[in-house]
Amino acid sequence: MSSTWNDILDLGDRVVPDSAPPPAAEEEAPKKMGAFRRLRESLSKSRRALTEEIGSSLFDRIDDETWERLEEALILADAGAMTTAQVVEKLEHEVDSGAVPPDGPAIRERLIDILTEIASTNRAPIDLSQDPAVVLMTGVNGTGKTTSIGKIAWHLKNEFGLSVLLGAADTYRAAAAEQLATWADRAGAELVRSNEGADPGSVAFDAISAAKARGSDVVIIDTAGRLHTQSNLMDELGKVRRVIEKQIPGAPHETLISIDATTGQNGLRQAKAFAEATDVSGVVLTKLDGTAKGGITLAIATELQIPVKLIGVGEALEDLRPFDPEDFSRALLGDE
Amino acid sequence: MFDQLSDRLQATLSDVRKRGKLTEDDVDKAMREIRLALLEADVNFKVVKAFTAKVKERCLGADVLGSLNPGQQVVKIVNEELTELMGGSGRDLVFSNKGITVILMAGLQGSGKTTATAKLAKLLTKEGKRVALAACDVYRPAAIKQLETVGKRAGAVVYQQGTDANPVEIAAWALDKAKDENRDVLIIDTAGRLHIDSELMDELAQIRKRVKPHNVLLVVDAMTGQDAVGVAESFSEAAEFDGVIISKLDGDARGGAALSVKAVTGKPIIFASTGEKLEDFERFHPDRMSNRILGMGDVLSLIEKAEEQVTEEEAEELQRKMEEGQFTLEDFLKQMRQVRKMGPIGNLLGMMPGMGAMKKMKDVEVDDSELDRVEAIILSMTPHERAVPQIIKGSRRRRIAEGSGTKIQQVNNLVKQFDQMKKLMKHMANGQMPDQNQMAKMMGQTQRPKMRRR
Repeated sequence: MSSTWNDILDLGDRVVPDSAPPPAAEEEAPKKMGAFRRLRESLSKSRRALTEEIGSSLFDRIDDETWERLEEALILADAGAMTTAQVVEKLEHEVDSGAVPPDGPAIRERLIDILTEIASTNRAPIDLSQDPAVVLMTGVNGTGKTTSIGKIAWHLKNEFGLSVLLGAADTYRAAAAEQLATWADRAGAELVRSNEGADPGSVAFDAISAAKARGSDVVIIDTAGRLHTQSNLMDELGKVRRVIEKQIPGAPHETLISIDATTGQNGLRQAKAFAEATDVSGVVLTKLDGTAKGGITLAIATELQIPVKLIGVGEALEDLRPFDPEDFSRALLGDE
Repeated sequence: MFDQLSDRLQATLSDVRKRGKLTEDDVDKAMREIRLALLEADVNFKVVKAFTAKVKERCLGADVLGSLNPGQQVVKIVNEELTELMGGSGRDLVFSNKGITVILMAGLQGSGKTTATAKLAKLLTKEGKRVALAACDVYRPAAIKQLETVGKRAGAVVYQQGTDANPVEIAAWALDKAKDENRDVLIIDTAGRLHIDSELMDELAQIRKRVKPHNVLLVVDAMTGQDAVGVAESFSEAAEFDGVIISKLDGDARGGAALSVKAVTGKPIIFASTGEKLEDFERFHPDRMSNRILGMGDVLSLIEKAEEQVTEEEAEELQRKMEEGQFTLEDFLKQMRQVRKMGPIGNLLGMMPGMGAMKKMKDVEVDDSELDRVEAIILSMTPHERAVPQIIKGSRRRRIAEGSGTKIQQVNNLVKQFDQMKKLMKHMANGQMPDQNQMAKMMGQTQRPKMRRR
C-alpha cells in the first residue's frame, strides 16, 4: 500500500522521533502461523479469483457484454446496485462520447480513476492533533473493533512514540475487557476498565480523566458491538459520546466505525445509523485479507461521504494499514 | 427501498391484467425489479441469475387471470421459488441413538460462533440435555474466558486447556471427558478463520476427523455480502458442514447470504440467532426468510411472539372489550407493555407486511422513546381518567403533562389518537377490515403503507 501511517495521521505539533524503526513484531499476533506467507498466499488467491471474474481482458472488446461484466464485477465486490449503475453509466457515457478513447488500457485506467475518486471522498487524516486526542471506536458486533484498537495502539506507541491509553467501555460482551487488556499489554498501552455490566459512559469518563491526569497523548475508547437497529443501544452510544464531549470540548476528535469487508449492502445502513448516533468521521475496513473486497465502502463514500481511513489485511500487527484509494480501486478490479 | 417490491411489481405489471397473460416483455420488466431486490438483499449475483431464469420460465407459463393481480401472482411465484430454494421444510440436528452427540461449530471471525455455541447450549439444556462445551479457540485473546462466561449462563460445563494446547487435542480430550462425565451433547467452539487460510482450515478438517461430529454447523453472519458463496464453498470442502446457523438476524439485514449458501452448498439453514439474549435463538423457517428477503414481513413470527406474551383468556377478554367499545387506556397500557416485552418496536414493525417501508420514513416516529412517553402520560392519569379519557380537559391536561414531563399538546394527541383507535378497533372486531385512510390517520401519518394479506 502506498499510503503510509505518516500520511494518515495528523499529529499536530507533536514531536515524533525520526522514523523510529518499528521493533520487529515477533510474537505480536496470537499464534500467527507465518503471517506473511499466509498474507501473500491469500492476496494472490483473492487476486486470482478476481481475475477470473473480471479478467484483464475485460476491455479488449467494447460491447454490451463488456458493460454487463463490469457491472457483475462491481456487484460481486459488494459495491451495490446503485453505485455500480452510476459508475458503469458514467464510464460508458465517457467512452461513447469519445472523452475516453475506446481502447482497453485507457478505459481501464479511467475506471480506476473513477473508483479512486469515489474512494477519496472527504479523505482526511486521523486527527490526533489535540492533547489528549480522543478516538472513539464503534461498530456492529464481530467487525473487529477491539482487534483494530489493539493494532492502532501498537502503531502509535511503537512507531510514533505516543503514549496511549485504552478505555474498555465494552462492558457488555463477556471477556471483552480481558481481550482489550491483552492488546494493551502487547501494544504497551495503559488500560482503564471496569466491571462487566458497568455503565460504559462512566468507563469513558474514567479513561479520559486518567488520560488527562497522566498526560497521555491518545485515548482510544472501545465500545460494545451493537446492531445499528437497537435504538436503546444506539442512544447509549450517543451518551458515551456526550460524556466524552463534556470532559473535553470538541472530543472525540475521531470517531471510527469498523466495518467487516465481508459485509454486504447492510454495511451502508450500519454506517448511516452509527453516523446519526455519533457523527462518524472514518471507517476501519477489516478482514480484507479474505476474498471479500469491501466494495460497500464505495456506497458509504457516495451516500454518506464517510471515508475509509484504515484497512485490516491480516492478523499480524503490521497488517493494519492506512487506506489508499487507488490501491483499493485497483484491488477491486484485480490489478496488481 | 425495496420494501415495496410487491407494489413496484404491481405498478410495472398494471396493464397486464386486461390481457390476462404475461408477455415476455412484462416478465423481463418484472425480473429486473426482482433482480435488484435480491441484489439489494445480498443474494449472490450468480444465484440471482439462475433464480430469475427459473422464475421467468414459470411466470411465462402462468395464468394470471383470477382473483390475484399479475404483480401479486409474480410475487407469489417468486416467494414459492425462494422458499423452495431455501430448503422447503427445515432439517433438524441429528442426535446419536446412544451415547454422546457431538456438534462442531465453524465460521469466519466475528460471525458469532461463541455466542451461537452458548445459545445452542441453552436451547438443548432447556430440552433437558446435559451439555458440555469445548473451548478450542486458542487464538483470539480472551475467547476462552468468553465461552466460560456465556457457557455458564447457558447451564453448560466448559472444558478448556488454556491457549497453549493444540485445538485438535483439546477437542479429542474434551470428547473423552464428556463421555466420562456422561454428557448428552458436546459442542465444540472453534476459532474464527478465513476460508482461504489453508493452515487453519486444515486444523478444522483434523478436528472433524478426530472427533467425528454428528453435526457440523457453519455460522454465517446475516449481513454477509456477495462473498458468502466463496466462504460456504471453502468451509464445505474442509469441514463438510451439515447445516447453517444464521446469526445477527435481529438487525435489518435482509439475509440474502442465507439463500446463497443454501443454493450453492445445498445445506439447510437450521437455526437463526435473533437477539442479544441467550434465548434469542430459534429454528429457522425458510418461508419466513423468503418473505424477509422480499421485504414482505414475517407475520408468523410476530404471531408466535405475541402468543408467548398473551394468554388465550386475556386475548378473549380483550376481544370482548374491543367489540363493545370498552377498551380503556388502562387496557391499552397493559397491551403496550406486553407488546414491548416482545422486543424493540422497530423489530416488530419490520415483521409486519408493508411496515418495513414505514419504519424508514423519517417523519414517523415509532421508536421506543415515543412509547416511553406514551407510558409516562398514561401513568400520570388517575384510574378514572384512564377509563373515561373524555373527561381530560383543562387542568387535568395540565396536571398530566406536568406529571409526565410532556407537553399539553402531546397529552392531547394521545387522547385523540386513542379515541380514533377505539373506533377502529370496534370496527375491526366486528369483522370489518379497517379503511386504510382511517388507519393512516390513527398512525398520525399522511402516506399510507399498503397492507398485504397473506
